[in-house]
Amino acid sequence: MDGDAVRRHERSPGVEHGEETADFLSYTAGFGLAVALTIASFVVAKTDLLWAPGIPVGLVVLAFAQIGVHLVFFLHMGSGADNTNNILALTFGLFIVFLVITGSVWIMYNLSTNMAGMGMAGH
Amino acid sequence: MTTTAIDEDLEELEIALGGAGPAPTRTVVAYGFWIFLLSDIIMFSGLFAAYAVLWERTAGGPTGAQLFDLKSVFIETGALLISSYTCGLGALSAERQHRNYFYFFSLLTFLLGGAFLFIEISEFVGMIDKGAGPSRSAFLSSFFALVGMHGAHVSSGLLWLVYMVAQAAAKGLTPVVLRRLLCFSLFWHALDIIWVGVFTMVYLMGAG
Amino acid sequence: MFGRLTWSAIPFDEPIALVTALGIVIGGVAVLAIITMKGWWPYLWREWITSVDHKRVGVMYAFLGLVMLLRGFADAIMMRSQQAIAVGDAQGYLDPSHYDQIFSAHGTIMIFFVAMPLVVGFMNFVVPLQLGVRDVAFPVLNSVSFWLTASGALLVNLSLGLGNFARTGWMNYPPLSEVAFSPDVGVDYYLWALQVSGVGTLLSGINMVTTILKLRAPGMTYFRMPVFCWTALCSNMLIVAAFPILTATFVMLILDRYLGMHFFTNDAGGSQMMYVNLFWAWGHPEVYILVLPAFGIFSEVISTFSGKALFGYRSMVLASLTICVLSFMVWLHHFFTMGAGADVNAFFGVMSMIIAVPTGVKIFNWLFTMFHGRVVYTAPVLWTIGFMVTFVIGGMTGVLLAVPAVDFVVHNTVFLIAHFHNVIIGGVLFGMMAGYNFWFPKAFGFTLHEGLGKATFWFWIIGFWFAFTPLYVLGLLGMPRRLQHISDPSWQPLLLVAELGAVLIAIGILCQILQLFVSIRTRDQRRDTSGDPWNARTLEWATASPPPAYNFAVMPRVGSIDAFWEMKRTGTAIAPKPFEPIEMPRNSATGIVTAFFAVMMGFAMIWHIWWMAILGLAAAAITAMVFGWRDDREFEITVAEIARAERARI
Repeated sequence: MDGDAVRRHERSPGVEHGEETADFLSYTAGFGLAVALTIASFVVAKTDLLWAPGIPVGLVVLAFAQIGVHLVFFLHMGSGADNTNNILALTFGLFIVFLVITGSVWIMYNLSTNMAGMGMAGH
Repeated sequence: MTTTAIDEDLEELEIALGGAGPAPTRTVVAYGFWIFLLSDIIMFSGLFAAYAVLWERTAGGPTGAQLFDLKSVFIETGALLISSYTCGLGALSAERQHRNYFYFFSLLTFLLGGAFLFIEISEFVGMIDKGAGPSRSAFLSSFFALVGMHGAHVSSGLLWLVYMVAQAAAKGLTPVVLRRLLCFSLFWHALDIIWVGVFTMVYLMGAG
Repeated sequence: MFGRLTWSAIPFDEPIALVTALGIVIGGVAVLAIITMKGWWPYLWREWITSVDHKRVGVMYAFLGLVMLLRGFADAIMMRSQQAIAVGDAQGYLDPSHYDQIFSAHGTIMIFFVAMPLVVGFMNFVVPLQLGVRDVAFPVLNSVSFWLTASGALLVNLSLGLGNFARTGWMNYPPLSEVAFSPDVGVDYYLWALQVSGVGTLLSGINMVTTILKLRAPGMTYFRMPVFCWTALCSNMLIVAAFPILTATFVMLILDRYLGMHFFTNDAGGSQMMYVNLFWAWGHPEVYILVLPAFGIFSEVISTFSGKALFGYRSMVLASLTICVLSFMVWLHHFFTMGAGADVNAFFGVMSMIIAVPTGVKIFNWLFTMFHGRVVYTAPVLWTIGFMVTFVIGGMTGVLLAVPAVDFVVHNTVFLIAHFHNVIIGGVLFGMMAGYNFWFPKAFGFTLHEGLGKATFWFWIIGFWFAFTPLYVLGLLGMPRRLQHISDPSWQPLLLVAELGAVLIAIGILCQILQLFVSIRTRDQRRDTSGDPWNARTLEWATASPPPAYNFAVMPRVGSIDAFWEMKRTGTAIAPKPFEPIEMPRNSATGIVTAFFAVMMGFAMIWHIWWMAILGLAAAAITAMVFGWRDDREFEITVAEIARAERARI
């Protein structure tokens, strides 16, 4: 059931078959960036570096950046034509995650506001 | 039959539109596993959504700010991140048939993953001892479920890693084994991605 | 030792359940005895139970679905009968506790163990053939998926004779489904049956998405795929995206029930509304998972029997993808009345109306396909036309329900019941019946009796309208759903009409069973020797009936939409190119063994037999590890064997 061996137009996510040093550099650069961003997250959360009301936004941005670093440097998600299926799948997945979380929060927030005072808010 | 330049262009176009025929097994397996990972992330999003809705419902019990120790969270985050790096290096070694480096990096990955789990379980036990177990409030239920589910995935991953090292030792780094190692690294990196979401949303936002 | 399982689990106090359970046990033992005496076990084991061939797996799924249809329908006619007679002073023959289990089992079985297996079964059988390839991406995983689904069905049926089923309705809302209000095994049966089969369904979704996107015959670009494959792709994308939400929701309820957590409890901060929210975030995509492949079947049927290419291929594809995306943006319409307020209700109400548009596009495309075509009115076409009328009306009641103000009046009345049966029966079931008649010859090598097929259709559609029109009226009159007793005698005449409808459908089901028997007995006269009994358009008809294990001796090279039609037109339908040996995956017992341990684990969790649960889980994990260790994964079909099979066909 194997297809042709030579198929430059389909690439799976994950390990590249590139040159030795290039791949090692990619992982190491990604690791370094991820470490920096992680430390930044903790710093933002625990110090006054960022204006207090802006901390949640800052954390979200940093989280997205870390996830992006993982996707690009560790999972080798690129923007080339050979990655289209992978990116499409990821986009669809992220879209669903976004809908589920923000949709639920929006709906449940409205529910508890509208139904508050019924003695069942559970606080 | 000779092919003209137009024929070649049409062939390129056809391939670009998906007409190249069945993909090689490695691509098929990795893509299938990628889809599985996305489904797993959506499963986590259900637990994230529950946490986002229930995190303030502490029923008069302890809150996150009172319970979370960001120092140990930082250490376990570091451990998992480094294990992602060593996993990647292990995958590179395997692809290049450097068996001993592969075993070495796999061992590091296992130890770091184990360290992550140790810290997490210690945290859970500490919380339960303080009366802040999962049945105390909706907040704690959703915390334990979300973080615990991630921990269960990490545990399964460690079990899988042991199995893969055993297979590599017994069968060598064959194409089949390499395909499965590829799936394992995808899994391990995905777990770190989910952890970014967890420590940001649960620990950093909750403690701040 | 055996948790809370005792002899009192057997329903001695509920004669109907007891007799049914005994009947199933005796019937099952009889079947096993016959198989043993006739020596069929080696054949069954080799050709079906351990088969990883998508065609075999597809047939087994469809078989499961059709058998469970009988169980689900039995529940339905029991409910109709109860409502027809339990009016005023009469109490009927089902007490509330039993009645509640019946409507819960009816919904659970019909959605999860009839509709899903039928839909998945058809996709399994047809998609690889239509794509011109030899099997799905992960054949062994396919077998595992089927057996896990069957395990879920087994667990639900066990509840008939051991313990009881949930009394919460098929949606299983808390707080009723929490331990405080449903301490017995019923809800646990529901949860574990669906978690086990849910794993199977998710794996199947991953399998099909990968197959459709990565395994197609050379030359089959995305826009040369048959429309059924496009709808299958959209449906499976929805499976992959939606089922994990259900898994997470049930995990949370299981944690509440088993470890005393507080996701959805009345106390300690739990939120029952969060369950409803998450359940329907899965639940709405689920109905599109079911109906999209049915739409695909109608496309194939109508273009074949109109002798024309499907009108508006690209708009069909776009409509399917649009439905796929929009289906995740409407879920609140299942709980308009829960109190989220006007803003939220307005958004979801508008989205629910918008999602009707792409389906409308499809209806027009089907009509335009028939227009100026030479339509042959075979049974599949009757089902298709019946669908177009029935589903459109049902869809319109859906758009009506999408108006929150209207929904406040009829939510949870039998108007709602009528609406969703209208679209599920009119859409999904009619599609399955059309597909059954259409692809039966391909799967088994002989056609079905046409007259009985038509009789089945007429009894079903007339029965359907007799059964559900009264419910629309009664819903507007204010009759709630799930009533065990009717206090308003003026409703009885309509309920009697509904009962008549159920009886007509029962006759329809009998016609279908008779059709199968008659067709099998006369199968030699109705052999399909050409492989193409309908003069059809897509690649599955290029193979023999039934196709050989490898599907295509040489993978076809595709140059256009409706590849087989093109091949017939240019005279390249049976192109004898030099054969090469074909590698096919070996059979595997992994599916049935994993399923066995899954049933063990599920049953143990239900009855709190902890040692057995751990054993089952561990054994399932070990099965996976053992399977992963095998080296001998494929076998070769030689050129001589291929040549012999192809020669025999011609």
